Amino acid sequence: MNRIRAIEAQQMRDDIPEFGVGDTVKVSYKVVEGNRERVQPFQGVVIRRHGSGARETFTVRKVSFAVGVERTFPVHSPKIVKLEVISRGKVRRSKLYYLRDKVGKAARIKERR
Amino acid sequence: MARAILGRKLGMTQVWGEGDRLIPVTVIEAGPCVVTQVRTKDRDGYSAIQIGFGDIKESRVNKPMAGHFKKAGVAPKRHLAEVRLDEAEAAQAKVGDTITVEAFEPGSRVHITGTSKGKGFQGVMKRHNFAGGPGGHGSHFHREPGSIGQCASPSRVLKGLGLPGHMGSETVTVRNLEVVKVDAEQNLLLVKGAVPGGKNGLLMIRLA
Repeated sequence: MNRIRAIEAQQMRDDIPEFGVGDTVKVSYKVVEGNRERVQPFQGVVIRRHGSGARETFTVRKVSFAVGVERTFPVHSPKIVKLEVISRGKVRRSKLYYLRDKVGKAARIKERR
Repeated sequence: MARAILGRKLGMTQVWGEGDRLIPVTVIEAGPCVVTQVRTKDRDGYSAIQIGFGDIKESRVNKPMAGHFKKAGVAPKRHLAEVRLDEAEAAQAKVGDTITVEAFEPGSRVHITGTSKGKGFQGVMKRHNFAGGPGGHGSHFHREPGSIGQCASPSRVLKGLGLPGHMGSETVTVRNLEVVKVDAEQNLLLVKGAVPGGKNGLLMIRLA
């Protein structure tokens, strides 16, 4: 197992800031359109972190034009150009799936300070 | 010369490949293998090399095998396997030669043979992909095989019919897997996709 960890350690990035479930983050993600490459920002609440090592992923949820949009990114993806933590949220569970059933004011998360 | 190597499955993970795409890989500890015997057409009727993999204590080897290793002049090995080669290739091989993962390059294709995970005694749905019956609506026919033949003619069950029985623990070969990475320092081979068997299973890796 340790030898697989060693392979994963080579793949992992160390420039990703610490962030957790409930935080609002802005992910600048590289998108390839035909042969053009551009950076697409995606800002929202982290509703889950899943897995460990180089295989770890996180899901960001935002509400865009009254439609909920969720995107899952690998934490150590080389396609993440920049990850900014906008605010830290105070939450009491590890997976915020309940946000899917909430709209507007009810979907807010208390800020941690 | 080296067209095949023995290895041990360590497990699976993911690596980032070309175009920042994630590739699922199996990590295999392959070799170093040592040639323990060369089979020739004159003496054995066919040409091949016998390769050994995995160290084992001398005290754990029985006497006939100890003699075999002593004759070859190599340290005792846990696993032995034969690799068929054509005569020209076999003529180049010498007892004591070592085969390492360097014989493989990233991008080349390999066939991998191993023993699949044992599933025990299984029914026809899992073993032969039968459809089974409906789950509910008063049906009492769920996972059965159904009719297994006709009546007075042929008055027997045809051969090759899928029935329940032991599943798994078979020799399985997966063909044309792509080598993603070769780590000569640690004797590691990263192959795209899954290979037969569980962790620590013995694998034979051949160039496609």
